[in-house]
Amino acid sequence: MSVKHGILALLRDRPGYGYQLRAEFEESTGSTWPVNIGQVYTTLGRLERDGLVAKTGEDAEGHVIYEITESGARELADWFARPITQAQRPRDELAMKLALAVTVPGVDVAVLVQTQREHAQSTLQELTRLKVRAAAPHLAWSLVLEAQIFQAEAEIRWLDHVEERVCRTNG
Amino acid sequence: MPNEWVGPVVALRDLTRAYGNGEAEVRALVGINLEVAAGELVAVMGPSGSGKTTLLSLAGGLDAPTSGNVVVEGVHLSELSRRALARLRRTSIGYVFQDYNLIPALTAGENVALPLELDGMRAARARKLAERALEEVGLGGLGRRFPEEMSGGQRQRTAIARALIGERRLVLADEPTGALDSQTSEAVLQVLRARCDAGAAGILVTHEPRYAAYADRTVYLRDGKVVGEIGGAGEPEPKAAQAPAAAAAAGVAHGEAAGER
Repeated sequence: MSVKHGILALLRDRPGYGYQLRAEFEESTGSTWPVNIGQVYTTLGRLERDGLVAKTGEDAEGHVIYEITESGARELADWFARPITQAQRPRDELAMKLALAVTVPGVDVAVLVQTQREHAQSTLQELTRLKVRAAAPHLAWSLVLEAQIFQAEAEIRWLDHVEERVCRTNG
Repeated sequence: MPNEWVGPVVALRDLTRAYGNGEAEVRALVGINLEVAAGELVAVMGPSGSGKTTLLSLAGGLDAPTSGNVVVEGVHLSELSRRALARLRRTSIGYVFQDYNLIPALTAGENVALPLELDGMRAARARKLAERALEEVGLGGLGRRFPEEMSGGQRQRTAIARALIGERRLVLADEPTGALDSQTSEAVLQVLRARCDAGAAGILVTHEPRYAAYADRTVYLRDGKVVGEIGGAGEPEPKAAQAPAAAAAAGVAHGEAAGER
């Protein structure tokens, strides 16, 4: 997901201005993705240039209000319809690190794996506390939180797998 | 046992458990030190054969160490007579195993009441407390069912009710989520967590990171030794782990506001 599609999705709901869009963006991603206001204005500028949003004027407080255009709505629908591809995700730094660790001599892979595992488990513990404490959580918020729980869990499982394979190779 | 005990509920001191002799000696646990305070839940993780279940058996007095001490509320288990140890196990320690260990010929209520009755409590009173314990785990009204008439999740919750009945100050759980589905597993963990929040000390053996995450601390075993620990007092929390959590916490308030739209 990009800030671009986040803004289009918010404007699909109703017209809005920069600061408001930024606040709503952070809300809908469970505050896991902070964006700065400069990013929001730059993105709005590009969206306007490409004809995906348009200025509708100013409100009483002088905020410049944007609305989504027809081609903007089409771009948003296309985006929802397309799967997220691997190429859109950042490279997995941990996998690269482990790959280097088993290649370069003198790295204690077992210690590296354990350090990373403890870190991931701490994260998982924090996320679980949040999940348990939230009495009536907002759906969007819990989905994002659960995504993080699954990711932390997957990382730990993968680390178990790495450890097993490395031990087998050495033993 | 004194109720006003303020030290750790259970302390494992330099615990070693070996099987066999000489060349054939296998050391299941080596020099383990672990304390669990009232209100604390500690997860024990590690690969198969790392000593997790041995640790739990020693902590609960089901097995005796080759060297070192198990101290439950200030009492050295090695100094207790067999009878006194059996009594301590019956009254103060709750066990939850993967395979439930319910007695098939007894109803859920009778299974749960059993430890109290064995301890000399009158049947009617024990059944009443059992009914309350079943309610605590979400099985109110199912006391008359036999284990074979219950689902896996219900059986496991019955086993937990039995483990928690009375004033158990130490709860030991060995893979309590076993083959349960994830929703039932979460419910089981929440019961365990709630009991610890209410003042019990708990040790949870699990291979599921997701369930270990309910604990206050996680101890990692490998080849019978502690190779790592997280969540211990005085240990600085990893910064990166806090960042998303803090951000997500802020999201709770935002989420509510967004819900009003």
